[in-house]
Amino acid sequence: MVGISSIGFVLLIFVFLMREGVPTFLEVPPGNLFGTRWYPTFDLFGTLPLILGSILVTLTAIAIALPLGVATAVFVREVAPSWAREVLKPMIEVLAGIPSVVLGFFGMTILAPLVREVLGVPTGLTAFTGALLLAYMSLPTMISVAEDALDAVPKSYRDAGLAMGATQWQTIWRVVVPAARSGIVTAVMLGVARAIGETMAVMMVTGNAARMPVTLDSLFRPVRTMTATVAAEMGEVAHGSTHYHALFGVGILLFLITFLINLAAASTIFQKRRRGGLR
Amino acid sequence: MDRHLVQRLGFALLGVVALIVVIPIVLVIGIILVRGASALSWEFLTAMPREGMTAGGIWPAIVGTLLLTLGTAVVAIPVGVGGAVYLSEYARDTWLTRVVRLAIINLAGVPSVVYGLFGLGLFVLFLQFGTSILAGSLTLAIMTLPIVISAAEEALRAVPTEFRTVSASLGGTRWQGIRHVVLPQAFPGIITGVLLGLLRAAGETAPILFTVAAFYLPYLPRSPFDQTMALPYHLYVISTQVPGMPPEIQYGTALVLLALVLSMNVVATLIRSYYRRKREW
Repeated sequence: MVGISSIGFVLLIFVFLMREGVPTFLEVPPGNLFGTRWYPTFDLFGTLPLILGSILVTLTAIAIALPLGVATAVFVREVAPSWAREVLKPMIEVLAGIPSVVLGFFGMTILAPLVREVLGVPTGLTAFTGALLLAYMSLPTMISVAEDALDAVPKSYRDAGLAMGATQWQTIWRVVVPAARSGIVTAVMLGVARAIGETMAVMMVTGNAARMPVTLDSLFRPVRTMTATVAAEMGEVAHGSTHYHALFGVGILLFLITFLINLAAASTIFQKRRRGGLR
Repeated sequence: MDRHLVQRLGFALLGVVALIVVIPIVLVIGIILVRGASALSWEFLTAMPREGMTAGGIWPAIVGTLLLTLGTAVVAIPVGVGGAVYLSEYARDTWLTRVVRLAIINLAGVPSVVYGLFGLGLFVLFLQFGTSILAGSLTLAIMTLPIVISAAEEALRAVPTEFRTVSASLGGTRWQGIRHVVLPQAFPGIITGVLLGLLRAAGETAPILFTVAAFYLPYLPRSPFDQTMALPYHLYVISTQVPGMPPEIQYGTALVLLALVLSMNVVATLIRSYYRRKREW
């Protein structure tokens, strides 16, 4: 009975987002809605810079987090002596527990000035700073899912590799990691979903300028994501105004994107289970 | 190059990467600890904010966060554990339970700011709770549910089937078996999951932005329909919205929030490892 209510909640979330957000699509012509300028005071609701902003920050974050995450997972699962594992795993859990607003605060006060000085850019509040923070925020998810994937690779694979005369290093990269590939892909997908939905930290460090991130140096300029837009502007709009509906519209977009990514990630997990691959 | 040398270099490289991952975590906590500690005082923790929050304490924010966490617990624990009992003990593997599971996974992945929008749409406006502790707690509770459900379900599934069959063989009904045998055995796992869910709720800002959080409210809430200040939102406000904020107060607030959340984390970890050692199966 209660279990079914969780489908209810997913539906409810969707229904209420739609209820408040769908009017946008009626009030704002599509040319405006998917235009390149988001200036709500002038009735310009172009969501494109926000979407591209989110994509830029998220992809950069994953590009940073993927090598770090996979290497750490391999280290923890395959290489590290047990004392190192005992230190690493709780540390990563602690990272997962740090509230995003605290990380955002740290990003503002410590990381942003650092980025400004090291890169010599006019402001440290850039897409890159946000991506750096997001990379660390998605690491706990990625590491634990990737670790599970490595864990699921049968020991016989490793034994076979070693018996062929390969070193442990060769076995890891040519046998174990390829065998865990689909689990690692799942890890990346969940990391992406986590990063694209993250709000507070990103809002605090990316500078929030709603401009199209299309030039080469966009990464080192302020940018504005979908989540930050909703969080920053919702408090100030009149309920029922076009701007209000447009923010819910952005919410619908976010919901759909994360929903699809999670659905894809979940279906790979389910497939594995059925084939008996994952444990 | 000698492949054993390659292996040694490779392992060293992995170790370096692990350090790159861990050092910033230590730095974040260390810096906030050192800089925040100087702000901590009895007054800071128990006084009302004064002079546009640039002086005085953060008492109403602490109380607000505790109230919200409590409200979240009151809703999320019974619903979450109930759902987990249903999923692990009663539900058969039909398309319906598969959809439920999928729904839970997706619920876990919904961005926190979308929960905020949802809470605004449903609780604040549609049900007319207004910007209130009630609306905020309910929003946080729904966000916490998937964490509680999946942790509790895992804990329940870990209890060996023999416990259930023995209880049934002694003439117990299925519910008696769950109530007196399975649930107590799964209790440590459930409580760990609940704590992990609640600490997430305590630290979240985006879901409470439009559902409960008050910018500056120098008194304590009197009813569930009042607004309240809360630690995460307060930290956001004083670090971005108020110019000329003394950094000690910012770091002090960050430290209190971090300490609250991490202590729940530590308690959860301790409970888990304590019972794992004590467990007889």
